[in-house]
Amino acid sequence: MTSHLLSSILFLPLAGMLVLLAMPSENRKLIRGWANAVSIATFLLSLCLIIRFDINAGGYQFMERAQWIPSIGAQYLLGMDGISLLMVLLTTLISAIAVLCSWRSITDRSKLFYSMILLLETGVLGVFLSLDLFLFYLFWDVVLIPMYFLIGIYGGERRGYAAIKFFLYTLLGSLFMLLGFLALYFQYAAQYGVYTFELQKLLTLNLPAGTEEWIFFALFLGFAVKIPMFPLHTWLPDAHTEAPTAGSVLLASLLLKMGTYGFLRFSLPLLPKASTQTWIVQLMVALSLIAIIYGALVCLTQRDWKRLVAYSSVSHMGFCTLGIFALNAKGLTGSVIQQVNHGITTGLLFLLVGFIYERRHTREISEFGGVAQVMPFYATVFAITVFASAGLPLLNGFIGEFTILSGAFQVNLWWAVVGVIGLILGAAYLLWLFQRTMLGPLKQEENKSLRDLFPRERLLVLPLVFLAFAIGIYPRPLFAVLEKPVQNILMRLAPDPRSGIADSSPATPPGRNVSTQETVASPSACWRPALAPTTPALTQGAGSKLSAGRKNRAPRLLYRSTFLSLIQVEAR
Amino acid sequence: MIGNYVPHGVEYIRILPEILLCIFGILIMVLEAVTAEGQKRMLGVLALVGIVVAFAANLYAYTVPGQAFQNVITIDAFATFFRGLVLVVGLLCVFASLGYLRRQHAESGEYYSLILFSLIGQCILSTANELIMVFIGLEISSIATYVLAGYFRDDRRNNEAALKYFLLGSFATAFLLYGIAWCYGLTGSTNLNEIHRVISDPGLRPPVVLTGIAAALILIGLLFKVSAAPFQIWAPDVYQGAASPVTAFLSAGPKAAAFAVLLRIFMTGFGSFSFRWAPLLWSIALLTMIIGNFAALTQSNVKRLMAYSSIAHAGYILVAITADSQLGIAAVMFYLAAYALMNIGAFVVIGHVAAKNERYVRIEDLAGLAKRQPATAALFALFVFSLIGVPLTGGFFAKFYVFRAALEAHLVWLTVLGLATSAVAAFYYLKIVVAMYMKEPGESMADLAPLSSGTRVAVWAAALGTLILGIFPSVLLPFLSYSASMLGRQ
Repeated sequence: MTSHLLSSILFLPLAGMLVLLAMPSENRKLIRGWANAVSIATFLLSLCLIIRFDINAGGYQFMERAQWIPSIGAQYLLGMDGISLLMVLLTTLISAIAVLCSWRSITDRSKLFYSMILLLETGVLGVFLSLDLFLFYLFWDVVLIPMYFLIGIYGGERRGYAAIKFFLYTLLGSLFMLLGFLALYFQYAAQYGVYTFELQKLLTLNLPAGTEEWIFFALFLGFAVKIPMFPLHTWLPDAHTEAPTAGSVLLASLLLKMGTYGFLRFSLPLLPKASTQTWIVQLMVALSLIAIIYGALVCLTQRDWKRLVAYSSVSHMGFCTLGIFALNAKGLTGSVIQQVNHGITTGLLFLLVGFIYERRHTREISEFGGVAQVMPFYATVFAITVFASAGLPLLNGFIGEFTILSGAFQVNLWWAVVGVIGLILGAAYLLWLFQRTMLGPLKQEENKSLRDLFPRERLLVLPLVFLAFAIGIYPRPLFAVLEKPVQNILMRLAPDPRSGIADSSPATPPGRNVSTQETVASPSACWRPALAPTTPALTQGAGSKLSAGRKNRAPRLLYRSTFLSLIQVEAR
Repeated sequence: MIGNYVPHGVEYIRILPEILLCIFGILIMVLEAVTAEGQKRMLGVLALVGIVVAFAANLYAYTVPGQAFQNVITIDAFATFFRGLVLVVGLLCVFASLGYLRRQHAESGEYYSLILFSLIGQCILSTANELIMVFIGLEISSIATYVLAGYFRDDRRNNEAALKYFLLGSFATAFLLYGIAWCYGLTGSTNLNEIHRVISDPGLRPPVVLTGIAAALILIGLLFKVSAAPFQIWAPDVYQGAASPVTAFLSAGPKAAAFAVLLRIFMTGFGSFSFRWAPLLWSIALLTMIIGNFAALTQSNVKRLMAYSSIAHAGYILVAITADSQLGIAAVMFYLAAYALMNIGAFVVIGHVAAKNERYVRIEDLAGLAKRQPATAALFALFVFSLIGVPLTGGFFAKFYVFRAALEAHLVWLTVLGLATSAVAAFYYLKIVVAMYMKEPGESMADLAPLSSGTRVAVWAAALGTLILGIFPSVLLPFLSYSASMLGRQ
């Protein structure tokens, strides 16, 4: 097991699924218990990674290599860096939660349901661990099938439509992605005379910019559908809304991350010329910004609670892609952190919607109001989640979104400005949702008898709430884990050492001891745009204090100032 | 002098599979007369034994590769592969037929011996190195399958299928034969190596236009057999009308053999002519993929849907042939193996659900299968996902190899368009999954019998094969590339 840790984590859910298939389908308790045991065991096993992961090592860790299809140069090649570490931990945690949250809601055909979740877990883990493009593609597409069944069988009224839409969108995207991979594969063979899908070997490729652009767009179609980026997002609201709670949680928290992960792992490092091409960057950022604003505006118009949460993903994932295409250390780091945060908070949001749906069998926002009076615990958790999602300081969303915005600001003031508008809109629709559902008089008769969260449900949300606070208060481990991988990506993007260093150094977490003038100045610069529309005076103050070298006070000031700005929003 | 014309003993070993199939086929016909009505099943078992023995003989024949009977037959890796493939197809179909025929109360020896005879024809096609042999093999295979298609004499649709298959098939054979005649007239030979020699020799080369006509006539005949556009019209009617195990057989065996011949004739015989036929195949491949996939979109009868899907799959295989390379040949072989397994599996399940006299063949009739028989539904879903080309199934690797070969040959647009049509295909295939998993059981499920043992073997074997090809394609690949190198132009 020492050397096969990744394989063990990867195949544990699959092995659990095979055992599950052999169980008698009438014995629901056994099936349910077993699925929970397997998913929790996988999570615990993945915790070993934290202990053994070496933050200071630059390359991939826990590498495993085996020949698979030598004639086409495909290998079984696993490995992990800081980005995949976070994604794997998120996957195992969310999967365990998704399994547990179906404890009571899934009664019919539970065997198929749990086996699909476990298969999905293996698929997603495989995506995050593969260092061979072919293997990656395999896992990528395998994920489609369990998700298709989860939506199509256990979903809401329009489940069939949603499932097929999801499947076709993703399949079409992934076919183009495969074309892109094959193009790289043939280019490598043309340059080196060897056929291989190994990522690290393909990284040595040097392609003409034109070729890179074509390949970039082939990969883009695959990744952008999954994220989803603006014009390709139309499958998402249907799929998320129709999926059962566990399905929505898995879809939002994990599957969307596969797309952004793809950009970070493949598009950027493999195609540095295309990824830094001005018009491509501008296009990507434009799409991200449109997603942020458009997603938020659509959220404001939603009457369906779950659909609102679904559209909020479009907006939040827009931040992730914005961070990626800021193409600097802060943007990239912030993007990964935001992905983790989105996994946590959107997972929570979907769980909470699921809880209320199980009780009331409706998701119409207008059916609710004043629920906080009968479900105080629920309302508290919901409030925390809403604040976390809206980017309130001391909670996780703040860290990611503001790091991204600071990264974006380094490149272009207006990107950050639009991002901040999106953030304000985000706070608006979330707080409005909270107000409409939780606050006010308890009008509906049915709502008066709603029961607060059961212990099992509390058990589900508490770890996520804890993480939301933990990341919000002490994000430093995340920054530390991401430092090396982000540097590696930046090195690929800018082989020119000058720009590389200037870009990579500000990846420091708030409060970290740094000495160069450059890094001192940049955090202050990065916060400014975020506050500019609301509290310019405060920001300048923060900036001047920072440049005096007392960096450890910066976060506190920033928290306070943003908090003020948020309150202003709320007051509107 | 006369001694040259007496075959060696080893030459008989090379056609041992055909000889054995012949013996078993005749034996079954003879035994039919003396077998009691209830014992007819044993004849099916005898057919199984015959096919297994022939398969072993095929492997044995491979230990002594070479030509036989004045170079009319070649036993090489390529021939061995295709002979093995059609025998596996036959084996699976006989297994599936055991239960099917019992349900119809129509067990007879004639059915099984027809399958064996058809297999003989396909084995000859796989090994032929001579156009006359191609014609003979094609006729043996076709005539047996014409009869099989109309096996249920009282069934109207069976009759329609047989008649259409026969008329259009004969028409196609006539084209082929005419092409062979042209070929003989131009090159003075019907031997493929000889044709190749004459065509590539600048001194002997006949006029290009005439060679083109000869090749085109042969191509038309073979495209009919593989149901490629624009010669695909017969396929939906025949596939729909014939009994499901027969359809499974028709869609896999004769198709594989016809592709084997197509490859051998065009890679060996007209190899040096490829720059002329490649653009033609390019458009035919694209047209076939488009017609097959788009026509399938509107089908409500699941057998008809599968018929159009198999037309589309012929299109994918043609893409690999268009690539005109050793990779392409290997891709064709892999594709046919994967296609045979998944398609037979699918048709066997369809036949199972259809119940007596094939009453339930609409897509809605599959509704609720997952609830009634989860294992059957899961296996059908596996075949469907394989047909779509989802990873970890044979269908995925098959498509992957095909398009990889196409890209290698710089057929970028054909690849892109082909991939696009295969995404379209996902839509109609998913209808089957939707019906099985997401609809409530209807009338058809009330009549659903448990899987008979023969059907069970066929379905599980096909599923296992599909998975093995999908997860460990390396079991087959080295042999395939070796076979392809045998066939590659000299």
